[in-house]
Amino acid sequence: MYPEGHKRAAVIPLLDLAQRQAGGWLPISAMHAVADMLSMPKMRVYEVATFYTMFNRNPIGKNFVQVCTTTPCWLMGSEKIMNCLKKKLNINNGETTSDGQFSLLEVECLGACVNAPMIQINDNYYEDLTEKDTEEIIDDLKAGREPKAGPRNGRFACEPRDGLTSLTEPPPGPGFKIQPGL
Amino acid sequence: MLRLPFLRSIPQVTRAATLGGRTVVTGAPEKVEVFIDGQPVLVDPGTTVLQAAAMVGVEIPRFCYHERLSVAGNCRMCLVEVEKSAKPVAACAMPVMKGWRIKTNSELTRKAREGVMEFLLVNHPLDCPICDQGGECDLQDQSMTFGSDRSRFTDITFSGKRAVEDKNVGPLIKTIMTRCIHCTRCIRFGSEVAGVDDLGTTGRGGDMQVGTYVEKMFLSELSGNVIDLCPVGALTSKPYAFMARPWETRKTDSIDVMDAVGSNIFVTHRTGEVLRVLPRTHEEINEEWLSDKSRFACDGLKRQRLVSPMVRDSNGKLVMVEWEDALVAVARALQSAKGDELAAIVGGFADAEALVVLKDMLNTLGSESLCTEEIFPMDGAGTDLRSNYLLNSTIAGVEEADVVLLIGTNTRFEAPLFNARLRKAWINNDLRVATVGPKVDLTYETENLGDSVQVLKDLAEGRHAFSKVLNGAKRPVIVVGSGALQREDGAAIFQLTQRIAQNARVASNVSHDWRVLNVLHRVASQVAALDLGYKAGIEAIRAKPPKVLFLLGADEGAISRHHGDRGAAMADAVLPGAAYTEKPATYVNMEGRAQQTFAAITAPGLAREDWKILRALGEVVGVKLPYDTLTQVRARLTEVSPNLTRYGDVEAANYFAQAVELAKLVKAQPSSAPLDVRQKTLEDFYMTDSISRASPTMAKCVQAVKKQRQSKY
Repeated sequence: MYPEGHKRAAVIPLLDLAQRQAGGWLPISAMHAVADMLSMPKMRVYEVATFYTMFNRNPIGKNFVQVCTTTPCWLMGSEKIMNCLKKKLNINNGETTSDGQFSLLEVECLGACVNAPMIQINDNYYEDLTEKDTEEIIDDLKAGREPKAGPRNGRFACEPRDGLTSLTEPPPGPGFKIQPGL
Repeated sequence: MLRLPFLRSIPQVTRAATLGGRTVVTGAPEKVEVFIDGQPVLVDPGTTVLQAAAMVGVEIPRFCYHERLSVAGNCRMCLVEVEKSAKPVAACAMPVMKGWRIKTNSELTRKAREGVMEFLLVNHPLDCPICDQGGECDLQDQSMTFGSDRSRFTDITFSGKRAVEDKNVGPLIKTIMTRCIHCTRCIRFGSEVAGVDDLGTTGRGGDMQVGTYVEKMFLSELSGNVIDLCPVGALTSKPYAFMARPWETRKTDSIDVMDAVGSNIFVTHRTGEVLRVLPRTHEEINEEWLSDKSRFACDGLKRQRLVSPMVRDSNGKLVMVEWEDALVAVARALQSAKGDELAAIVGGFADAEALVVLKDMLNTLGSESLCTEEIFPMDGAGTDLRSNYLLNSTIAGVEEADVVLLIGTNTRFEAPLFNARLRKAWINNDLRVATVGPKVDLTYETENLGDSVQVLKDLAEGRHAFSKVLNGAKRPVIVVGSGALQREDGAAIFQLTQRIAQNARVASNVSHDWRVLNVLHRVASQVAALDLGYKAGIEAIRAKPPKVLFLLGADEGAISRHHGDRGAAMADAVLPGAAYTEKPATYVNMEGRAQQTFAAITAPGLAREDWKILRALGEVVGVKLPYDTLTQVRARLTEVSPNLTRYGDVEAANYFAQAVELAKLVKAQPSSAPLDVRQKTLEDFYMTDSISRASPTMAKCVQAVKKQRQSKY
């Protein structure tokens, strides 16, 4: 897939695969395996693995809860969500529950500001949260159910909360506002 | 960041595109005119702002930029104002455009530098008084010149500056990583020049660290160079730690003798003690690098030294005596023997002056048995034709080669800087390297053709698969290690090598000034000794044991040397000589380039310069040698072989075709033993001669490398 001479471009995808296979984190042996596969020096793999914060170099819980606390989420009450999670899981930021089910981490912007506040659990985004929603999600996960990902306030995606404010009419057809001479 | 070793694996066409206009210029390039502080200068397209400024003598401050490494552009110290540019530009990475007016001393430039410097200093400890780099620190110098006169850094909460854990990268390099300013020079050196990708950056932002991630020794024979490259005190020399300040020391120009490369060095010394050895730039030999053995084995010069003449007494013990008694004792021995019962063997550190005086003396006494410890086949043309025993292509010359065949040599450890050149050519010039001998890691890709002598035979007869490559080469180079010629069948191997070289020469149709055949020597004295007419190898002496054997710094066999080890223990009389840092002496490197060392310190105790000892001995024996001063000895050298005193010049040698014809007379048949090299891995590199064996630093290196081998990283 990767052309000869550009094999090392595969390092991030491979590290991601390795992380998934190793249960959410990257042991050093996994980095070595990637280095061997791409025939690149080990140090160059360490560099990539340590640079990107989405590679975990320590074991984490089965459900990796990442709470966005960057400005838009913070304005919309991410602190409350964070405190709720701390209380619910009985752990602090950066810790893992004793049963190994949950890890909690405060992170920077995850790019879902329109649906603030939000958390990411493993690969799913849970958006437009209230404390009640958060508790529900955690309860579901504890019970072994997978909560539905996406906004929690009835929105489908990132459309305006109170209905459309623009582009409300059907689009005008061809010839709209065209010069009469044409 | 640009990583040349990575670019190496990209096909040529793509590579040209990747490098853009910086290095690839097609057709006749039109010069571009730019103005540096109003001074017009015409430069080639693709020249960077920094290089253009250097052309008119304006030096732009920099930390990460280094001429011999790829451009990183991450320290931002070289920011300069360019007229009509919205922002200041990084001079080291920005190619000039036509008509640019660059202001290296404007208000904006000054402010940019001050700003960068302030940021660097925010996270740099104020520990200059206890820092080994103090006095030769780029950060110190540049903050004095370009930094602000006051600091806005106030740590009223005493939260502390950024601090980084120190790394352990072996017994040579001391790391104080808090001082690191992340210029990445060491990383680029490791990956580009040394070919060891052990160093890198881990983490990001404020947590970024330069290091090895896992605790690991920097396993390179060129590792010491990162100490010179480091612009701050993050990487300093461990053996030299807290020894001296640069302004307290004196520097004497000299030549390294730990291998046959003849690297140019500075010997730094204070109060009669050699403190450290630093490389001195010589573009045609060592550029500005130095191998670890040359740099760190200098502490071996203080240990195990012979400081007084010694003579074996009636109990068979060596006892210290005065010079007079020693000379008389030796003279008596010399006089008691007939001319043909005298012989001499010279070792790897002997200088040309001592060699010529010894030869003159023994020749006058009627002996012709003067040999070098290193063997060189004397059959065929032997050492009569100089081209037979030189590295004819020259060290810098191999950069132009396109195919190199290494026979029975591990260039990485026998001549680290020659190997660095090969690696440079491999990166920049698409050099193809093949080896005959054991599989060793030369830090670049090589094709191993096997270690049997049969491969050489096949190559010589054009039957081998690689012969095609060799015949298709435009500028082939064949290098045979002197190690391969030490074998019983050395003459046969050399003859095969000559034939391969001659075939490649004829097939490639190169002009006559391109030289194909090369011999890679391992010891510093060999070329001068052969130039002076010493016989190579001690077979003749073994066959007919002499009554009196004179060892000039030789290991196996009495008498003049500077280190007390095996040779000295065997001798009946020991005359202590001066080491290379203690005498003005001539050495000829493997290219045939004569160079001279200068006396940095005086020899310890009663030790004297070797040629003076021999001259005095001649006087006692009754051989009046016609020289009393160094100048006169050098005049005698010139008489014997004029190239020995043409310092700095490579005296080219020719007669390759004739040598091949003469080689046909060689009757020796190659044996079936596989070709081997003595130094295979890094632990074999450090201790190879009497100086490095006496060096505690080198011993620590061997230990550390062995320990590293047990580590899983």
